[in-house]
Order: sequence, then structure tokens, then C-alpha cells
Amino acid sequence: MTASPTQEQFDVIVVGAGPAGSAAALLAARAGLKVLLLERGEYPGAKNVSGAVFYGSAILNELIPNWWEQAPVERYVCRRDISFMSPTTAVALDFRCAGAGYATAPYNGFTVLRPKFDRWLAAQAEAAGAFLLTSVVVDDVLRDNGRVVGVRVRREQGEIYGKVVIACDGVNSFLAKKAGLQREFHQHELSLGVKEVVGLDPAIIQDRFHLTGNDGIAFEYLGAITEDVHGGAFLYTNQDSLSLGVIGQISSLVERRKRPYELLEGFKAHPAVAPLVRGSKLREYSAHLIPESGWAMKPKLYTDGMMVAGDAAGFCLAAGLYLEGMNYAMQSGLAAAETAIQACQRGDFSARALAVYEKQLKQRNVLTDFRAYRHAPAFVNGARLQNLYPELIARSMENLFRVNGAPKQKILPLAYRMTRQLEIKPGQLLRDAYQVARSYLW
Amino acid sequence: MVMTTHEEKMRTVRFRVAATPHITVNSDICRSECSTHACVYVCPANLFVPLDDGGILFNYESCFECGTCYIACNQEGAIRWTYPDGGYGVTFREA
Repeated sequence: MTASPTQEQFDVIVVGAGPAGSAAALLAARAGLKVLLLERGEYPGAKNVSGAVFYGSAILNELIPNWWEQAPVERYVCRRDISFMSPTTAVALDFRCAGAGYATAPYNGFTVLRPKFDRWLAAQAEAAGAFLLTSVVVDDVLRDNGRVVGVRVRREQGEIYGKVVIACDGVNSFLAKKAGLQREFHQHELSLGVKEVVGLDPAIIQDRFHLTGNDGIAFEYLGAITEDVHGGAFLYTNQDSLSLGVIGQISSLVERRKRPYELLEGFKAHPAVAPLVRGSKLREYSAHLIPESGWAMKPKLYTDGMMVAGDAAGFCLAAGLYLEGMNYAMQSGLAAAETAIQACQRGDFSARALAVYEKQLKQRNVLTDFRAYRHAPAFVNGARLQNLYPELIARSMENLFRVNGAPKQKILPLAYRMTRQLEIKPGQLLRDAYQVARSYLW
Repeated sequence: MVMTTHEEKMRTVRFRVAATPHITVNSDICRSECSTHACVYVCPANLFVPLDDGGILFNYESCFECGTCYIACNQEGAIRWTYPDGGYGVTFREA
């Protein structure tokens, strides 16, 4: 299967035109490399779903200055609201910032609609000189003496040769598995997100969410909202629609025998959420897997002639306070492209040469962030943090604010009574408090 | 309308149906070795139908290609899946 001299050979073959793949293709093409960007969807973004808040504005701004002026963005996020829920109650932490970097360029995050945003980003890679081919499924890598030398696409004479392959083929990356870089996943490592985009008049969105222009808000919810399934929910404002959804860990969906779309209906019916979605009309329903275990599910990141980036490498930080994927996807795609550029300059595509990728990932704060939060996912995505403690907070506040002639209770005895009601052991609570501290404070 | 049935949700999604299924279920394994039938519950498109004889009927036509069934299935080899041919399958417009 060695490439014959007459066969066209690309410098870089990028598989998957999501944020990782398009960023990689864009940078490599700008460096003058011959880049092929392959996408299995009818267009880039056709298969892609996330919340979606894109927190990588500053990163993209370095590639395309003032990118938001030309990209299909919805609203810049300068308000975040985290709610702890019981079936009847919500206790919210409300953050709003009109300061520099949040309400001014380059902005902290934007809500986007992935089929539109991803399509635009892939077009930027094309404009930089990458060759984009859509409606093409990659089934396997091509090897020569164990080295990856290209990809096999599902069509006649589907062998395409490249000096280096960058697999950005998403959470289910068949390519990383075929190349022996990734293992099979466990049910607790992945979560399923089900989502709706619902249409709502922009004037109503502004009034209802206290927005003034193109600013937007990201709500996140923890607690009884997912019943007893480990997970959470979100609601984001777009230009003339809302994106809302429920996320549930696969293992606990299986264990509790819950249908994800029924949880979604329960979320919309919650008394704290129903007034926010009132009068909206369903435009599109969607679903996608989320690689939530970070460090624990990180594959081997490179081998001879190939690197893995984005969701395919598990670069999605799901650590309670943070639920970020597109920014890390983009950073890892850029790191892979920089590595490929160096490899092309030196003419060396061996695993040893591609080891620079890890260094690049550290410089771009990908591996460093995932290492710093390596303890968080297993712990934060569990029952006590996602279900029990949010409910404890909500129920405690119900009692704290209740005025009914009974004597007022001070917080500690009240909290103690609540922990008894929810069958939380004080020792466990203290150990969890330490874990929270270890995950977030130092 | 805010609250919607699963059928109403699915009607908002565009699928370009390929001629051949990209997911196949070996119902013999479902019948003889699986007591949980987790796929029936977790599939966001509700594509797995339990049969009276303990087997599972699968409709590939309106599949999100998310992979949940494959991850949730506890019986090795019961669900085989790959991606549909290029350009086919789910095509999100807003997602």
C-alpha cells in the first residue's frame, strides 16, 4: 500500500470539519501546506451538536481578528446563572459582567448554532487554501510498515495518501480506535445530551432575560431537574431562539431506565424554567454524546503519521463549573497543525517527531487544564454533587425563608436536619467538601 | 407549543435515509443474553422496539448517529454500528 509516485499525496489529511479539524486545516493551509479536510456530513456542522456556548473567542481572534463581525454568532455571553434545584425550588448564583473582555472585544463567549458556525469556520479553512471534501466517510487509516500513511474513504478507489493524518472525527472516533490509540469507553465516561432549539421573538427574549442588545445569558441547572440521573441542564439565549437541553450520564440513564427526552420535558415544566420558555416553538430536536471524563479517557495522542484532537481525544472539560469543548477542540487542532508544520519542515513524521504535539498542547493550556482538573469529572459528575447537594441547598433555603409562626432556626441545625432528611452522612459531607476544595481551590 | 411529544420532536429533524442500515442489531443475543434492554430506554430517537419474544427491532432511518446505544449495550456484539454513507443520515440545521 505504499504511495506510488504518481499518486497525489497531501501534506496533511484532517478528518472531521468541526472546530478542531477546521482550525487545524486553516493553520496548516496558511503555512502553505497541501491540506485535505474531510467531512462526512452534507456540510460541516450537519452532524454537530453542543449547547452551544463557544468560549474560544480570544483563541479564534488570534487567527481571524474580529471574527465575530463576519461569523454567524448569536449573542455574546456576559451573564451566567447557575441554579441548584429541588422539584419546586431554584437557588441561583447569578453572575453578570459588563466589564472588559465580557461585554467588549474579544468577548468571553458566544452562543452559536453549530451547523451554521461550523460551516462558516470550515469555509475559513477553505479560504486559507485547504481542500474541503464533504459527504465523505473515512472508514480506516492506511498503513505502510505500521506507519499511518493516509486514510481509506468509503468509495471506489478510496485510498487517500498524506504525510500526516489529524483525526478530529469526534467523540466516537472510529479512527483513533482503528489506529490503536483509543480503547472502548465505559458507560460512566460519557453523557448523552438531548437538546431543543425553540424559536422566540427577539423582543420577548430581550424583555424576558433583561438583555439590552446582542448580549446573552447562559443558565445551567443542577439537582432534581434530572430526577435521579447524574447530570444537569442548560438554557442559552440565541438571537431569535433559545437552546435548551438535558445532559445525563449513560451509566445512570441505563441504571434508572430513564428516557432522555422525558427528562427534557420535565426540565421545561419545572416552575423555575417554564416561564422562561413560555410561548416558544420547537424548531429542532437533537442529541449528541459528550466525552466527560477528561484526563481519564485521554487516548494515546499520536503515533507514526497521525495525531488525535478535539472530542476524539476527549478534550471536553466537564468539571461542574466548566462545560467547555469547542475552545479545547480548537486549541488542540491548532497544536496538531503546528506539529504537522514542523514535521513537514523536517520531513520527519515518526511518532518521535510528532511527540512535539504534547508540548504544544501544554503550551496551549490544554493538557495542563485537563491535568489540573483530572480529579473533578469522576467526582463532580456523581450523584451527590449533581443531585443530592443541589437539592440540599434548595431545600435548606426553602426552610430558611419560610415564615409560618414557628420559631426561626439557625443555619447549622437546619442544615443538619436537612442532611438527615436526605440521608447524607456528615462524615461524607466533610469528605466531599474536601474533594470540592481539592478539585477547584488549589 | 412548548411541551412536545417525542413524535413531534422527531418531525423537526431532517434525515436523508441511506439504502442500507448503518446499525444492525443481533436479536438472538438480545433474546438469549440480555435482560436489561437498555437501548430501548436510552436511545434519544426511540428507535429500539422490544418484541414479545424478547428480541429487539431496530429502525435506522431516523438515527442521530450519537452512539449511545452502542455504549449502553451490555452485550458484546449485539449492536454493530458504523456511520451512514457520506452525506446520508441526520442533517442538523440549527442544533
